[in-house]
Amino acid sequence: MLELKGVSVRYGNFTAIQKIDINVKEGELVVLLGSNGAGKSTTFRAISGLNSVHDGKICFQGETISNLSPDRIVRAGIVQCAEGRKLFPAMTVYENLMMGAFVHRKRKSRMKEALEMVYELFPILQEKGHDAAGSLSGGQQQMLAIGRALMAQPRLLMLDEPSIGLAPLIVEQMFEVIQQIKQSGTTILLAEQNASAALKIADRGYVFENGSVAVQGTADELFADEKVRRAYIGA
Amino acid sequence: MSVLLNRRTVVTGLILFAVLFPFVTRNDYVIHIMTLSFIWMIGVYGLNLLAGYTGYLSLAHAGFFAVGAYSLGLLTVEAGVNFWLALILACLFTGILGFLIGMIALRTREHFFAIYTLCVGYIIYLVIYKWDGLTGGVRGLIGIPAPSNIGPISFTSSISQYFLVLFFLLLTIFFIYRIVHSLTGRTFMAIRNSEDLALTLGISTMKNKLVSFVLSTIFAGLAGALYAGFVRFIGPDIGYITITFDLLIYLLIGGIGTMSGPIVGTLLIVWLSQYLQFLQDYRMLVFGPLLAFLIIFYPWGIVGIFQQWKQKRQARKARSIHQEENRKDEVELDAGVSADQEQVREG
Repeated sequence: MLELKGVSVRYGNFTAIQKIDINVKEGELVVLLGSNGAGKSTTFRAISGLNSVHDGKICFQGETISNLSPDRIVRAGIVQCAEGRKLFPAMTVYENLMMGAFVHRKRKSRMKEALEMVYELFPILQEKGHDAAGSLSGGQQQMLAIGRALMAQPRLLMLDEPSIGLAPLIVEQMFEVIQQIKQSGTTILLAEQNASAALKIADRGYVFENGSVAVQGTADELFADEKVRRAYIGA
Repeated sequence: MSVLLNRRTVVTGLILFAVLFPFVTRNDYVIHIMTLSFIWMIGVYGLNLLAGYTGYLSLAHAGFFAVGAYSLGLLTVEAGVNFWLALILACLFTGILGFLIGMIALRTREHFFAIYTLCVGYIIYLVIYKWDGLTGGVRGLIGIPAPSNIGPISFTSSISQYFLVLFFLLLTIFFIYRIVHSLTGRTFMAIRNSEDLALTLGISTMKNKLVSFVLSTIFAGLAGALYAGFVRFIGPDIGYITITFDLLIYLLIGGIGTMSGPIVGTLLIVWLSQYLQFLQDYRMLVFGPLLAFLIIFYPWGIVGIFQQWKQKRQARKARSIHQEENRKDEVELDAGVSADQEQVREG
């Protein structure tokens, strides 16, 4: 479904990611592991078109997308939920969700359908629909960020560190929801530092180190890998 | 009290005040100044759409104001076009110029955008100033006709001009209100909030920024064209940078990114400078510190202060209702509300 072939991204003279090869199949949940600055977010930004690809090629459903503008990529079906719960704090929860459905703004029925699905997944967002997004708690804000991304009805959802800065109990809920989204048929690419939690729900994973892929394999293989265990799981 | 502050009541009251104003004062000079401030307001609303709601601070707006004014002036004086047709063409021409300049200017961001547009504004001024053959250069353009009659209505008296400009001001406010409260408006605000985030939602930011820029310049052009028809004489000075900064000061003091900021700021500064005429250029000694004070402590201007006060009042009201309902929880809640107030103060 999504394929990165030898992708490199540079910021000036600094090479952020070097010759990355990633492959995501339809219906899979693939996790990108790695510490801060390993290149996970840059990879996301390259896929969603926010950073230009210096070298290599990104293909989605057989078509090259590496030179498309970000809005075209969203319309193609790839939606990124950015790190750090970026919302529009002054808008209400409902307005935030509606902004997420921007690409479907002319198809009211699709918007309604997406909204119902998001409300089913996160009932709290319906309850707090008229509250300002900035007044929500951290966990609720993360739910809203994910809900807003789902409003575009993506084929591939990219989640950048959804567990960052959340209480352990909320993190658990978050991963449950991610699993539910996967079961509803959305392909997911997940970037995480919380390796043990992520590998529990993932099918496959890639471990990033200094801007390139160091290890890759199925979730079970990575979980068993001595190096990965020592570096990211701590056992 | 709450009925009095109801939005609908306030808006109706303001419109009523504006309509009755010339009959109450009956002073031609006062009506003249009021008409001028309405013209500035139209320009400030245009600037607000771009700088306040979309987050792109343009310093070229005096230039676009002058383009509107000179388009109307030249079309009526040199080409003999009917005033109303010239008014439409002036807006159209300003919009087209805005489109072309926006295509280039919007590739820059933040400070670079401000500096770039500052240069654009200055170039427009220079073209008007130096192109003697077309614009009359320093001599300016004299003999611009007053708006031509519409049926039995003529626009020669100061009161009729006042109502004409008031009509266009209300039209502008209505239009801006509708934009701001539509998906397009929320798209502009999304861009102001974070351009990357807007992009990841599938918003074509370039297209939307261009829409905002063009609309903004059209309002500046409309203000300029009305100015030309009202004052009947224009010189290159109306395109000078000081006019841009005047518009910006009205906006900042009233409240950038608010619906009523342009009205409040323009009225306050225009009338304050009228009353401080005896100080001549020393007036700036009053405005300078006032502006600095507001920007440091109240970046959303006077309307921002009012909104904060309203929020606090609501928080207090919520607290007192709660107290009646449940006196036992009083202490806990009190802590909550004061934390809210703290947040408001920090924000």
